[in-house]
Amino acid sequence: MQDMLWIFISAMLINNFVLSYFLGLCPFFGVSNRLSTSLRLGVAVTLVMIVTSICASLLNTFVLPYAPYLQLISFIIVIASTVQFAEMIIKRFSPALFRALGIFLPLITTNCAILGLALFQTNRDYGFLQGLTFAVGAGAGFTLAIVLMASLRQEMRLSNIPSIVQGTAISMILAGLLSLAFMGFAGMFSAL
Amino acid sequence: MVVIFTAVAIMGGLGIFFGFGLSLAHRFLKVEEDPRLDAVEDLLPGSNCGACGEPGCRAFAENLIEGVHSPSTCSVSTASTIESVAALLGVDPGKQVKRVARLFCAGGLGVARQIADYRGEGSCRAAHLVGGGGKACSWGCLGLADCMVVCDFDAIQMNDQRLPVVDVDRCTACNDCVDVCPRDLFEVMPVTQNLIVQCKAPLEGDQARAVCGVACDGCGRCAQDAPQGLIQMENNLPVVAYDAGGPATPVATHRCPTGAIQWVEGGQFKPSGHPVKEFCLD
Repeated sequence: MQDMLWIFISAMLINNFVLSYFLGLCPFFGVSNRLSTSLRLGVAVTLVMIVTSICASLLNTFVLPYAPYLQLISFIIVIASTVQFAEMIIKRFSPALFRALGIFLPLITTNCAILGLALFQTNRDYGFLQGLTFAVGAGAGFTLAIVLMASLRQEMRLSNIPSIVQGTAISMILAGLLSLAFMGFAGMFSAL
Repeated sequence: MVVIFTAVAIMGGLGIFFGFGLSLAHRFLKVEEDPRLDAVEDLLPGSNCGACGEPGCRAFAENLIEGVHSPSTCSVSTASTIESVAALLGVDPGKQVKRVARLFCAGGLGVARQIADYRGEGSCRAAHLVGGGGKACSWGCLGLADCMVVCDFDAIQMNDQRLPVVDVDRCTACNDCVDVCPRDLFEVMPVTQNLIVQCKAPLEGDQARAVCGVACDGCGRCAQDAPQGLIQMENNLPVVAYDAGGPATPVATHRCPTGAIQWVEGGQFKPSGHPVKEFCLD
Protein backbone atom coordinates (compact mmCIF):
# COMPACT_ATOMS: atom_id res chain seq x y z
CA MET A 1 0.00 0.00 0.00
CA GLN A 2 2.89 2.28 0.92
CA ASP A 3 4.32 1.42 -2.46
CA MET A 4 1.14 2.47 -4.30
CA LEU A 5 1.02 5.79 -2.48
CA TRP A 6 4.60 6.52 -3.47
CA ILE A 7 3.95 5.65 -7.10
CA PHE A 8 0.92 7.94 -7.14
CA ILE A 9 2.64 10.92 -5.50
CA SER A 10 5.75 10.46 -7.58
CA ALA A 11 3.83 10.38 -10.88
CA MET A 12 1.64 13.31 -9.93
CA LEU A 13 4.03 15.75 -8.25
CA ILE A 14 7.68 14.78 -8.10
CA ASN A 15 8.05 13.44 -11.61
CA ASN A 16 5.13 15.33 -13.11
CA PHE A 17 4.90 14.32 -16.76
CA VAL A 18 4.49 17.84 -18.07
CA LEU A 19 6.53 19.96 -15.72
CA SER A 20 9.41 17.60 -14.88
CA TYR A 21 9.63 15.26 -17.87
CA PHE A 22 8.39 17.85 -20.41
CA LEU A 23 6.07 15.32 -22.05
CA GLY A 24 2.75 16.33 -23.60
CA LEU A 25 3.60 19.99 -23.99
CA CYS A 26 1.49 20.36 -27.13
CA PRO A 27 -1.96 20.30 -25.46
CA PHE A 28 -0.39 21.96 -22.39
CA PHE A 29 0.05 25.10 -24.48
CA GLY A 30 -2.71 24.50 -27.01
CA VAL A 31 -5.72 23.93 -24.74
CA SER A 32 -4.79 25.99 -21.69
CA ASN A 33 -6.74 29.07 -22.77
CA ARG A 34 -9.83 28.32 -20.71
CA LEU A 35 -10.05 26.64 -17.34
CA SER A 36 -13.17 24.56 -18.06
CA THR A 37 -11.85 23.18 -21.36
CA SER A 38 -8.46 22.38 -19.93
CA LEU A 39 -9.96 20.53 -16.98
CA ARG A 40 -12.00 18.37 -19.33
CA LEU A 41 -9.02 17.70 -21.58
CA GLY A 42 -7.16 16.62 -18.45
CA VAL A 43 -9.94 14.18 -17.63
CA ALA A 44 -9.93 12.86 -21.21
CA VAL A 45 -6.15 12.34 -21.10
CA THR A 46 -6.43 10.61 -17.72
CA LEU A 47 -9.09 8.29 -19.13
CA VAL A 48 -6.90 7.43 -22.11
CA MET A 49 -3.93 6.89 -19.77
CA ILE A 50 -5.87 4.48 -17.57
CA VAL A 51 -7.13 2.40 -20.49
CA THR A 52 -3.67 2.43 -22.07
CA SER A 53 -2.10 1.31 -18.82
CA ILE A 54 -4.54 -1.60 -18.50
CA CYS A 55 -3.95 -2.67 -22.10
CA ALA A 56 -0.18 -2.29 -21.71
CA SER A 57 -0.21 -4.49 -18.59
CA LEU A 58 -2.21 -7.15 -20.43
CA LEU A 59 0.11 -6.95 -23.46
CA ASN A 60 3.18 -7.15 -21.23
CA THR A 61 1.85 -10.23 -19.48
CA PHE A 62 0.33 -12.23 -22.32
CA VAL A 63 1.66 -11.10 -25.67
CA LEU A 64 4.95 -9.26 -25.53
CA PRO A 65 7.01 -12.05 -23.87
CA TYR A 66 6.72 -13.86 -27.20
CA ALA A 67 7.69 -10.85 -29.32
CA PRO A 68 9.36 -8.09 -27.29
CA TYR A 69 10.34 -6.24 -30.48
CA LEU A 70 6.66 -5.43 -31.08
CA GLN A 71 6.49 -3.35 -27.90
CA LEU A 72 6.42 0.15 -29.45
CA ILE A 73 4.09 -0.58 -32.33
CA SER A 74 1.58 -2.50 -30.22
CA PHE A 75 1.51 0.30 -27.65
CA ILE A 76 0.83 2.77 -30.43
CA ILE A 77 -2.06 0.65 -31.73
CA VAL A 78 -3.49 0.52 -28.22
CA ILE A 79 -3.21 4.30 -27.79
CA ALA A 80 -4.70 5.10 -31.20
CA SER A 81 -7.69 2.83 -30.57
CA THR A 82 -8.24 4.21 -27.09
CA VAL A 83 -8.21 7.77 -28.37
CA GLN A 84 -10.71 6.85 -31.08
CA PHE A 85 -12.90 5.39 -28.38
CA ALA A 86 -12.56 8.46 -26.16
CA GLU A 87 -13.38 10.65 -29.17
CA MET A 88 -16.60 8.71 -29.79
CA ILE A 89 -17.63 8.99 -26.16
CA ILE A 90 -17.01 12.74 -26.03
CA LYS A 91 -18.74 13.34 -29.36
CA ARG A 92 -21.74 11.39 -28.14
CA PHE A 93 -22.11 12.90 -24.69
CA SER A 94 -20.66 16.40 -25.04
CA PRO A 95 -20.61 17.88 -28.58
CA ALA A 96 -19.68 21.28 -27.11
CA LEU A 97 -16.55 19.85 -25.51
CA PHE A 98 -15.84 17.98 -28.76
CA ARG A 99 -15.79 21.30 -30.61
CA ALA A 100 -13.84 23.10 -27.88
CA LEU A 101 -11.07 20.50 -27.92
CA GLY A 102 -10.96 20.51 -31.72
CA ILE A 103 -7.80 19.06 -33.18
CA PHE A 104 -6.28 18.45 -29.74
CA LEU A 105 -8.60 15.51 -29.10
CA PRO A 106 -7.32 13.28 -31.93
CA LEU A 107 -3.85 14.66 -31.13
CA ILE A 108 -3.92 12.84 -27.78
CA THR A 109 -2.86 9.90 -29.98
CA THR A 110 0.50 11.53 -30.60
CA ASN A 111 0.79 12.88 -27.08
CA CYS A 112 4.13 11.53 -25.90
CA ALA A 113 2.92 11.56 -22.28
CA ILE A 114 0.71 8.55 -23.05
CA LEU A 115 3.36 6.51 -24.86
CA GLY A 116 5.80 7.60 -22.17
CA LEU A 117 3.45 6.24 -19.53
CA ALA A 118 3.26 2.83 -21.22
CA LEU A 119 7.03 2.67 -21.69
CA PHE A 120 7.90 3.82 -18.14
CA GLN A 121 5.47 1.31 -16.74
CA THR A 122 7.13 -1.48 -18.71
CA ASN A 123 10.68 -0.39 -17.88
CA ARG A 124 9.93 -0.22 -14.17
CA ASP A 125 8.27 -3.67 -14.20
CA TYR A 126 5.04 -2.41 -12.66
CA GLY A 127 2.33 -4.99 -12.13
CA PHE A 128 -1.32 -4.46 -13.04
CA LEU A 129 -2.37 -2.46 -9.95
CA GLN A 130 0.89 -0.56 -9.77
CA GLY A 131 0.48 0.38 -13.42
CA LEU A 132 -3.07 1.52 -12.80
CA THR A 133 -1.96 3.69 -9.87
CA PHE A 134 0.84 5.09 -12.00
CA ALA A 135 -1.67 5.97 -14.75
CA VAL A 136 -4.08 7.68 -12.36
CA GLY A 137 -1.19 9.61 -10.80
CA ALA A 138 0.21 10.65 -14.16
CA GLY A 139 -3.26 11.71 -15.38
CA ALA A 140 -3.86 13.68 -12.20
CA GLY A 141 -0.46 15.30 -12.63
CA PHE A 142 -1.24 16.25 -16.25
CA THR A 143 -4.63 17.65 -15.23
CA LEU A 144 -3.04 19.57 -12.35
CA ALA A 145 -0.40 21.08 -14.64
CA ILE A 146 -2.82 22.11 -17.39
CA VAL A 147 -5.37 23.50 -14.91
CA LEU A 148 -2.67 25.55 -13.15
CA MET A 149 -1.53 26.87 -16.51
CA ALA A 150 -5.07 27.69 -17.64
CA SER A 151 -5.83 29.53 -14.39
CA LEU A 152 -2.66 31.58 -14.74
CA ARG A 153 -3.42 32.41 -18.35
CA GLN A 154 -6.97 33.44 -17.48
CA GLU A 155 -5.66 35.71 -14.74
CA MET A 156 -3.16 37.16 -17.18
CA ARG A 157 -5.85 38.34 -19.53
CA LEU A 158 -6.77 40.95 -16.92
CA SER A 159 -3.23 42.09 -16.31
CA ASN A 160 -1.12 44.61 -18.11
CA ILE A 161 1.53 42.63 -19.96
CA PRO A 162 4.32 44.40 -21.88
CA SER A 163 3.49 44.08 -25.56
CA ILE A 164 6.81 42.42 -26.38
CA VAL A 165 6.02 39.27 -24.36
CA GLN A 166 2.29 39.08 -25.00
CA GLY A 167 0.83 35.78 -26.18
CA THR A 168 3.10 32.79 -26.66
CA ALA A 169 6.19 34.35 -25.06
CA ILE A 170 4.59 34.96 -21.66
CA SER A 171 3.05 31.46 -21.76
CA MET A 172 6.50 29.95 -22.21
CA ILE A 173 7.86 32.04 -19.33
CA LEU A 174 4.94 30.95 -17.14
CA ALA A 175 5.50 27.30 -18.02
CA GLY A 176 9.16 27.68 -17.07
CA LEU A 177 8.26 29.21 -13.70
CA LEU A 178 5.71 26.46 -13.03
CA SER A 179 8.32 23.86 -13.89
CA LEU A 180 10.79 25.53 -11.51
CA ALA A 181 8.17 25.40 -8.78
CA PHE A 182 7.69 21.67 -9.34
CA MET A 183 11.46 21.15 -9.19
CA GLY A 184 11.03 21.92 -5.47
CA PHE A 185 9.32 18.55 -5.00
CA ALA A 186 12.37 16.77 -6.35
CA GLY A 187 14.43 18.12 -3.47
CA MET A 188 11.89 17.05 -0.87
CA PHE A 189 11.94 13.37 -1.67
CA SER A 190 14.94 11.32 -2.64
CA ALA A 191 12.94 8.16 -3.39
CA LEU A 192 12.25 7.39 -7.07
CA MET B 1 10.39 -16.92 -40.85
CA VAL B 2 8.89 -17.71 -37.46
CA VAL B 3 9.58 -14.14 -36.37
CA ILE B 4 7.67 -12.77 -39.33
CA PHE B 5 4.72 -15.08 -38.73
CA THR B 6 4.65 -14.25 -35.01
CA ALA B 7 4.75 -10.53 -35.78
CA VAL B 8 2.02 -10.77 -38.42
CA ALA B 9 -0.13 -12.94 -36.18
CA ILE B 10 0.22 -10.69 -33.14
CA MET B 11 -0.28 -7.42 -35.00
CA GLY B 12 -3.12 -8.88 -37.04
CA GLY B 13 -4.73 -10.18 -33.88
CA LEU B 14 -4.41 -6.84 -32.14
CA GLY B 15 -5.72 -5.03 -35.21
CA ILE B 16 -8.74 -7.29 -35.50
CA PHE B 17 -9.42 -7.05 -31.77
CA PHE B 18 -9.33 -3.27 -31.62
CA GLY B 19 -11.05 -2.86 -34.99
CA PHE B 20 -13.88 -5.05 -33.81
CA GLY B 21 -14.06 -3.21 -30.49
CA LEU B 22 -14.18 0.17 -32.19
CA SER B 23 -16.86 -0.88 -34.65
CA LEU B 24 -18.96 -2.15 -31.75
CA ALA B 25 -18.40 1.13 -29.92
CA HIS B 26 -19.33 3.04 -33.06
CA ARG B 27 -22.62 1.16 -33.23
CA PHE B 28 -23.57 2.12 -29.69
CA LEU B 29 -22.12 5.62 -29.60
CA LYS B 30 -23.11 6.81 -33.07
CA VAL B 31 -24.23 10.42 -33.23
CA GLU B 32 -27.20 11.17 -35.45
CA GLU B 33 -26.29 14.21 -37.55
CA ASP B 34 -28.44 16.09 -39.97
CA PRO B 35 -27.50 14.57 -43.35
CA ARG B 36 -27.84 18.03 -44.90
CA LEU B 37 -24.89 19.21 -42.79
CA ASP B 38 -22.31 17.31 -44.82
CA ALA B 39 -24.02 18.24 -48.08
CA VAL B 40 -24.00 21.95 -47.23
CA GLU B 41 -20.42 21.80 -46.02
CA ASP B 42 -19.37 20.21 -49.31
CA LEU B 43 -20.99 23.05 -51.23
CA LEU B 44 -19.36 25.81 -49.18
CA PRO B 45 -15.91 27.07 -50.24
CA GLY B 46 -14.17 25.30 -47.34
CA SER B 47 -11.66 28.08 -46.82
CA ASN B 48 -12.54 28.34 -43.07
CA CYS B 49 -11.75 32.07 -43.26
CA GLY B 50 -14.16 33.22 -40.56
CA ALA B 51 -15.55 36.19 -42.51
CA CYS B 52 -19.11 35.11 -41.61
CA GLY B 53 -18.25 35.32 -37.89
CA GLU B 54 -18.28 31.56 -37.34
CA PRO B 55 -15.11 29.62 -36.50
CA GLY B 56 -15.27 27.56 -39.69
CA CYS B 57 -17.34 26.40 -42.63
CA ARG B 58 -18.88 23.50 -40.68
CA ALA B 59 -20.08 25.79 -37.90
CA PHE B 60 -21.50 28.12 -40.55
CA ALA B 61 -23.29 25.16 -42.16
CA GLU B 62 -24.84 24.26 -38.80
CA ASN B 63 -26.12 27.80 -38.41
CA LEU B 64 -27.42 27.80 -41.99
CA ILE B 65 -29.53 24.74 -41.26
CA GLU B 66 -30.84 26.31 -38.06
CA GLY B 67 -31.69 29.42 -40.02
CA VAL B 68 -29.45 31.80 -38.09
CA HIS B 69 -27.62 32.94 -41.22
CA SER B 70 -28.73 33.24 -44.80
CA PRO B 71 -26.55 31.59 -47.46
CA SER B 72 -25.32 34.95 -48.76
CA THR B 73 -23.67 35.75 -45.41
CA CYS B 74 -20.72 33.78 -46.77
CA SER B 75 -18.76 36.42 -48.62
CA VAL B 76 -16.45 33.88 -50.26
CA SER B 77 -19.19 31.90 -52.04
CA THR B 78 -19.90 32.67 -55.65
CA ALA B 79 -23.48 33.47 -56.69
CA SER B 80 -24.02 29.95 -58.03
CA THR B 81 -22.81 28.40 -54.75
CA ILE B 82 -25.19 30.59 -52.78
CA GLU B 83 -28.06 29.57 -55.04
CA SER B 84 -27.34 25.86 -54.78
CA VAL B 85 -27.05 26.07 -50.97
CA ALA B 86 -30.34 27.98 -50.83
CA ALA B 87 -32.00 25.43 -53.13
CA LEU B 88 -30.73 22.53 -51.02
CA LEU B 89 -32.09 24.01 -47.80
CA GLY B 90 -35.18 25.55 -49.40
CA VAL B 91 -34.48 29.01 -47.99
CA ASP B 92 -34.15 32.50 -49.39
CA PRO B 93 -30.57 33.10 -50.55
CA GLY B 94 -30.63 36.63 -49.12
CA LYS B 95 -28.94 39.74 -50.44
CA GLN B 96 -25.28 40.47 -50.17
CA VAL B 97 -23.57 43.82 -50.49
CA LYS B 98 -20.06 43.28 -51.76
CA ARG B 99 -17.56 44.32 -49.10
CA VAL B 100 -13.86 44.87 -49.67
CA ALA B 101 -10.81 45.83 -47.63
CA ARG B 102 -9.81 49.49 -48.04
CA LEU B 103 -6.44 50.95 -47.15
CA PHE B 104 -6.49 54.23 -45.24
CA CYS B 105 -3.14 55.43 -46.48
CA ALA B 106 -1.86 56.56 -49.88
CA GLY B 107 1.66 57.50 -48.81
CA GLY B 108 3.69 55.21 -51.01
CA LEU B 109 7.31 55.53 -52.09
CA GLY B 110 8.08 58.95 -53.57
CA VAL B 111 5.09 60.55 -51.85
CA ALA B 112 5.72 60.00 -48.16
CA ARG B 113 8.95 61.48 -46.81
CA GLN B 114 11.62 58.95 -45.85
CA ILE B 115 13.77 59.72 -42.80
CA ALA B 116 15.58 56.41 -42.53
CA ASP B 117 16.45 53.30 -44.46
CA TYR B 118 14.92 50.23 -42.80
CA ARG B 119 16.98 47.12 -43.42
CA GLY B 120 15.68 44.76 -40.76
CA GLU B 121 13.40 41.76 -40.93
CA GLY B 122 11.14 42.17 -43.97
CA SER B 123 7.83 42.32 -42.15
CA CYS B 124 5.60 45.25 -41.24
CA ARG B 125 5.05 43.89 -37.74
CA ALA B 126 8.79 43.60 -37.12
CA ALA B 127 9.43 47.09 -38.49
CA HIS B 128 6.59 48.53 -36.43
CA LEU B 129 7.96 46.91 -33.29
CA VAL B 130 11.59 48.01 -33.53
CA GLY B 131 11.56 51.48 -34.98
CA GLY B 132 8.51 52.14 -37.08
CA GLY B 133 10.15 51.68 -40.47
CA GLY B 134 11.75 54.38 -42.56
CA LYS B 135 8.88 56.81 -43.16
CA ALA B 136 8.56 60.12 -41.36
CA CYS B 137 4.86 59.40 -40.81
CA SER B 138 4.29 57.08 -37.87
CA TRP B 139 0.76 56.24 -39.00
CA GLY B 140 1.32 55.27 -42.62
CA CYS B 141 1.71 52.04 -44.55
CA LEU B 142 5.08 50.37 -43.91
CA GLY B 143 5.01 48.73 -47.33
CA LEU B 144 6.55 45.42 -46.27
CA ALA B 145 3.60 43.37 -47.51
CA ASP B 146 2.42 41.50 -44.41
CA CYS B 147 -1.11 41.86 -45.81
CA MET B 148 -0.10 40.38 -49.15
CA VAL B 149 1.45 37.37 -47.38
CA VAL B 150 -1.52 36.80 -45.09
CA CYS B 151 -4.16 37.01 -47.85
CA ASP B 152 -5.42 33.51 -48.63
CA PHE B 153 -7.11 34.60 -51.82
CA ASP B 154 -4.23 36.35 -53.64
CA ALA B 155 -6.32 39.51 -53.57
CA ILE B 156 -3.49 41.82 -52.45
CA GLN B 157 -0.50 42.74 -54.59
CA MET B 158 2.09 45.41 -53.82
CA ASN B 159 2.44 48.09 -56.51
CA ASP B 160 5.64 49.89 -57.48
CA GLN B 161 5.01 52.42 -54.71
CA ARG B 162 5.02 49.61 -52.11
CA LEU B 163 1.33 50.11 -51.44
CA PRO B 164 -1.01 47.10 -51.27
CA VAL B 165 -3.53 47.04 -54.11
CA VAL B 166 -6.69 45.14 -53.21
CA ASP B 167 -8.27 43.23 -56.08
CA VAL B 168 -11.94 44.05 -55.55
CA ASP B 169 -13.14 40.91 -57.35
CA ARG B 170 -10.97 38.56 -55.35
CA CYS B 171 -11.34 40.20 -51.91
CA THR B 172 -13.70 38.17 -49.72
CA ALA B 173 -13.81 40.59 -46.76
CA CYS B 174 -12.30 37.94 -44.49
CA ASN B 175 -10.57 40.54 -42.25
CA ASP B 176 -7.18 38.77 -42.28
CA CYS B 177 -5.41 41.89 -43.54
CA VAL B 178 -7.28 44.05 -41.02
CA ASP B 179 -5.95 41.87 -38.21
CA VAL B 180 -2.38 41.61 -39.47
CA CYS B 181 -1.70 45.29 -40.22
CA PRO B 182 0.24 46.66 -37.23
CA ARG B 183 -1.00 50.17 -38.01
CA ASP B 184 -4.68 49.27 -38.44
CA LEU B 185 -4.80 50.81 -41.89
CA PHE B 186 -7.25 48.35 -43.39
CA GLU B 187 -10.96 48.47 -42.90
CA VAL B 188 -13.58 46.27 -44.54
CA MET B 189 -16.27 48.50 -46.08
CA PRO B 190 -19.17 48.00 -48.46
CA VAL B 191 -17.96 48.66 -51.98
CA THR B 192 -20.77 51.19 -52.40
CA GLN B 193 -19.17 53.54 -49.87
CA ASN B 194 -17.09 55.55 -52.30
CA LEU B 195 -15.66 58.33 -50.14
CA ILE B 196 -12.40 57.07 -48.67
CA VAL B 197 -10.05 59.11 -46.51
CA GLN B 198 -6.68 57.70 -47.45
CA CYS B 199 -4.83 59.01 -44.41
CA LYS B 200 -4.69 58.19 -40.72
CA ALA B 201 -2.21 60.83 -39.52
CA PRO B 202 -3.87 63.05 -36.88
CA LEU B 203 -1.61 65.97 -37.82
CA GLU B 204 -2.61 69.47 -38.82
CA GLY B 205 -1.49 71.85 -41.56
CA ASP B 206 2.24 72.12 -42.17
CA GLN B 207 3.00 69.28 -39.77
CA ALA B 208 0.98 66.91 -41.94
CA ARG B 209 2.32 68.25 -45.22
CA ALA B 210 5.89 67.92 -43.93
CA VAL B 211 5.67 64.13 -43.60
CA CYS B 212 3.67 63.19 -46.66
CA GLY B 213 2.50 64.67 -49.94
CA VAL B 214 -0.92 63.07 -49.72
CA ALA B 215 -1.54 63.47 -45.99
CA CYS B 216 -4.79 64.98 -44.75
CA ASP B 217 -3.86 68.33 -43.25
CA GLY B 218 -7.17 68.71 -41.49
CA CYS B 219 -8.39 71.77 -43.41
CA GLY B 220 -12.00 70.63 -43.22
CA ARG B 221 -13.00 71.67 -46.76
CA CYS B 222 -14.47 68.24 -47.50
CA ALA B 223 -16.70 68.57 -44.42
CA GLN B 224 -17.93 71.97 -45.62
CA ASP B 225 -18.59 70.82 -49.19
CA ALA B 226 -20.38 67.59 -48.29
CA PRO B 227 -24.10 67.48 -47.41
CA GLN B 228 -24.85 68.48 -43.82
CA GLY B 229 -23.61 65.90 -41.27
CA LEU B 230 -22.03 63.48 -43.74
CA ILE B 231 -18.44 64.33 -42.85
CA GLN B 232 -17.25 65.29 -39.37
CA MET B 233 -13.71 66.34 -38.50
CA GLU B 234 -12.22 64.28 -35.65
CA ASN B 235 -8.51 64.43 -34.67
CA ASN B 236 -7.83 66.52 -37.79
CA LEU B 237 -9.23 63.74 -39.97
CA PRO B 238 -12.56 63.62 -41.77
CA VAL B 239 -14.88 60.82 -40.67
CA VAL B 240 -17.55 59.83 -43.17
CA ALA B 241 -20.82 58.72 -41.58
CA TYR B 242 -22.99 57.34 -44.37
CA ASP B 243 -26.12 56.97 -42.26
CA ALA B 244 -25.89 60.46 -40.69
CA GLY B 245 -26.25 62.53 -43.85
CA GLY B 246 -26.12 62.25 -47.54
CA PRO B 247 -26.07 61.57 -50.31
CA ALA B 248 -22.31 61.17 -50.71
CA THR B 249 -21.04 62.76 -53.90
CA PRO B 250 -17.58 63.33 -55.40
CA VAL B 251 -18.05 67.08 -54.72
CA ALA B 252 -16.57 66.60 -51.25
CA THR B 253 -13.22 65.67 -52.76
CA HIS B 254 -12.93 68.53 -55.24
CA ARG B 255 -11.32 71.14 -53.01
CA CYS B 256 -9.03 68.76 -51.11
CA PRO B 257 -5.56 70.36 -51.32
CA THR B 258 -3.63 67.10 -51.01
CA GLY B 259 -5.99 64.51 -52.46
CA ALA B 260 -6.23 62.65 -49.16
CA ILE B 261 -9.97 62.13 -49.57
CA GLN B 262 -10.87 60.23 -52.73
CA TRP B 263 -14.00 59.15 -54.56
CA VAL B 264 -13.23 55.50 -55.26
CA GLU B 265 -15.17 53.31 -57.64
CA GLY B 266 -13.75 49.82 -57.87
CA GLY B 267 -10.12 49.40 -56.87
CA GLN B 268 -8.26 51.94 -54.76
CA PHE B 269 -4.83 52.22 -56.29
CA LYS B 270 -3.71 51.36 -59.76
CA PRO B 271 -1.33 48.42 -59.80
CA SER B 272 1.40 50.88 -60.74
CA GLY B 273 1.12 54.52 -59.83
CA HIS B 274 -1.88 55.83 -57.93
CA PRO B 275 -4.90 58.02 -58.63
CA VAL B 276 -4.14 60.81 -56.15
CA LYS B 277 -3.21 64.31 -57.27
CA GLU B 278 0.43 64.91 -58.06
CA PHE B 279 2.10 66.81 -55.26
CA CYS B 280 5.71 67.84 -55.22
CA LEU B 281 7.65 67.86 -51.97
CA ASP B 282 9.92 70.90 -51.50
